[in-house]
Amino acid sequence: MTQEDTILVRRAAGGDREAYRRLLEAHYGMMFRVAYRYTGHRQDAEDIAQDVCVRLVHKLGSFRGTSSFTTWLYRVVVNACRDMQKHRGVIKRSEDSFRELEALGQEEQRDGQRQVAWLYRAIYSLEPSLKETALLVLAEELSHAEAADILGCKESTVSWRMHALRKQLKEVMGSYHDRP
Amino acid sequence: MTDHDEIAALLKKMPPVEPDKEARHQAIDLAMAAFDQKFSSRRQGMHLLARLTDTIRIVRNASIGDWNMKPVYAIVGGLCLGAIGLTLMNSTALFDFAPRTQALKAERGIGMDGAVAKPSRQVAQFGVAPSPAPAMATANSETSAIALPQVAAPAAKRAAPMADMAAGSMQAYAPPPVMMEESNRLVLPQADQDKFKASDSNPLKIVKAEPVSTFSVDVDTASYSFVRSSLNHNQLPPKDAVRVEELVNYFPYHYEAPADREVPFKATTSVFPTPWNKGTKLLHVGIKGYEIGQKTKPHSNLVFLLDTSGSMYDANKLPLVQSSLKLLLETLSPDDTIAIVTYAGSSGIALEPTKVKDKAKILAALDGLAAGGATAGAEGIQSAYRLAEQHFDKDGVNRVILATDGDFNVGITDEDALKRLIEKKCESGIFLSVLGFGRGNYNDALMQVLAQNGNGNASYIDNLNEARKVLVDEASATLFPIAKDVKIQVEFNPSAVAEYRLIGYETRILNREDFNNDKVDAGDIGAGHTVTALYEITPVGSSSTLVDDLRYQTAEKPAGAKGDADEYAFVKIRYKLPQGRVSRLITQPVKVKDTIVSLDQAPQEARFASAVAAFGQKLRDESYIGDFSYDAIAALANQAKGEDTFGYRSEFIQLVRLAKTIAMIEPGQGKIQPPPIPEPPVIR
Repeated sequence: MTQEDTILVRRAAGGDREAYRRLLEAHYGMMFRVAYRYTGHRQDAEDIAQDVCVRLVHKLGSFRGTSSFTTWLYRVVVNACRDMQKHRGVIKRSEDSFRELEALGQEEQRDGQRQVAWLYRAIYSLEPSLKETALLVLAEELSHAEAADILGCKESTVSWRMHALRKQLKEVMGSYHDRP
Repeated sequence: MTDHDEIAALLKKMPPVEPDKEARHQAIDLAMAAFDQKFSSRRQGMHLLARLTDTIRIVRNASIGDWNMKPVYAIVGGLCLGAIGLTLMNSTALFDFAPRTQALKAERGIGMDGAVAKPSRQVAQFGVAPSPAPAMATANSETSAIALPQVAAPAAKRAAPMADMAAGSMQAYAPPPVMMEESNRLVLPQADQDKFKASDSNPLKIVKAEPVSTFSVDVDTASYSFVRSSLNHNQLPPKDAVRVEELVNYFPYHYEAPADREVPFKATTSVFPTPWNKGTKLLHVGIKGYEIGQKTKPHSNLVFLLDTSGSMYDANKLPLVQSSLKLLLETLSPDDTIAIVTYAGSSGIALEPTKVKDKAKILAALDGLAAGGATAGAEGIQSAYRLAEQHFDKDGVNRVILATDGDFNVGITDEDALKRLIEKKCESGIFLSVLGFGRGNYNDALMQVLAQNGNGNASYIDNLNEARKVLVDEASATLFPIAKDVKIQVEFNPSAVAEYRLIGYETRILNREDFNNDKVDAGDIGAGHTVTALYEITPVGSSSTLVDDLRYQTAEKPAGAKGDADEYAFVKIRYKLPQGRVSRLITQPVKVKDTIVSLDQAPQEARFASAVAAFGQKLRDESYIGDFSYDAIAALANQAKGEDTFGYRSEFIQLVRLAKTIAMIEPGQGKIQPPPIPEPPVIR
């Protein structure tokens, strides 16, 4: 997949329309998914994904191939999400965000879904750096090294964050089990 | 670890996130269109550009928050293409990414403004007049949330902000889509993402029902600068951005000064005919704060907390901050202390607390901001307070001055926690002021709240003149509070006044019981500051009473009413001295016999204030202002111009005329309503 990506990118950067379309088709899902998990908002995620798509052709030139295309693209999307949060002005509490997710969780009455919603609420209330790390390592199941690459920090930082994350989430899950 | 497994297992149970088919198609279509633009002929681009001229106008008037983002992105995507088209017109090689122009602003990978550092000739066809501040180079800049990919290693370091640094270091980043040659600068006004707290204007009140009006004094002036900036960009400002009291309070007034510092301010009142309504009168309350002479100026201990994120590198932001601070340095005493903390970009301490006499060191630190020369550390606001505490001067002024274009990521992620911290520090004597810069990214609502909690001012700096006004000319006022938690309460006499309406201060209204409650915070008054409040009152017996008397309750004097109508109202002002905990009270009756019969005889300062108030209300499209025209406002202001040493009033009169022109050209432009959504351009 990586090989194929690199070839597609090279062709697309050179003006190959078909190659470019295939790239978009192949990766739109990921862009949307990451943005959705990051922001918790379908609308925002669609906007971010669309933005990334539209701007992508101009960024292709800067893809050096030093990391995989997906890693590079993750980084683009994460930064786009960060920017949207920043441009929204502050650190809003993500009340709206996880309400949507909770709704998802409540579609099924099974306890498992509620627990998931609870967990997501916990993740969304984390500090941005921990939240981003959780998103990449836990939800996207990337390695610490890859997450570090995307987030622009050291691998050890990611590991440290995961550790801190688990501690916090453990408390949250504990409170879930303890609830009346 | 079990926890890990449990968590991971739970996450797997989450239903997969499926993109909406339509959104997906649209995104890919637009992307392909962008692709085609990049690789197809230039002629195609020009036609596209022409078609987009109209959409630009429409987008300009849109307020993002009002409507669905998707169509905006469609339009903006189209604009982006247009911009690309224009680029292609001028570029000789399609794939040459070397930054060609001096003024190319570096992308930091953090913010995406695409703004051009130096303003220059604007493309006249888009109907944008040249303005002092450089406008954004692409309409996409503020609405799209995309940053350039960060190259992994130098995420912590930043390439030089100004384009005259080596182009080589910029190679890691793709340029923003609009790369402009010096000779051809496309200025697309961006759809605003500025955020303002929505508020309806104060309603008319019936004295018999609600005789008491209470509000917190407000000497912020941010709204005026913002309105000015909008008008200079040929747009009427959004209604919610216009706070009438801030427009009125922008101007210094020559009210009578207090005799001494014991009672640090003096209030004067006058009642005269309302310029825009024959049947009502204006009650004008003017408060003047004690001036501080150079010699008696208290020692200043200042910490500047500067946003150094990517978006701050526009010419109208961080460079302006640097210039402003240099100006400020000139007014401080050699023994004053300054420190600089940066956040959001290079975070850390750029300058440890340094005496102003050590000027070279301070200037070096200021100049070095651009190059990101700060020690590591991401504590932001906590660092700033810590430094302020290190050199705390209990007899002096201790203040953190936050300068930002909307990024308040100062190290505390929770807004409430941030407010609490600011309040706590304020109680211990370290105040906070907020300086806002730039357009399109400006988070005004939060700025107001923080400044209020910090007993500081919120100012919006749109150009160097404003910077000089806030940081130099009015430095004393901005920096030296002489009274805090200042509240005004006016009780109207139902025998004399039937109805009243407080003009402005919508966001500063207090409950009646808050007046005497010292725990309730209010605004500050700085040295030499003036504060103005205006009420439009309908005297009893006037034919202009808007509200009919009740049918079932007779119009008798309320029990215990004092005398007959010899007073319109009783004005009370409560305040605390800067270090005080207990409030003090000043009172002043407003006597009917002192009414000024004709507008011409009203005090000059009050007349000018009412002209500004009229302007603000007109911009807010208020019905109370009736048909009072821009011309009438300009005339009223002109007659009351006075000495106008700094030219602020002349500038105001120009703005009124400008507003009139803008309103004429685009009828209904003042109203922010979603325009009909145009079809995105079809690319063949």
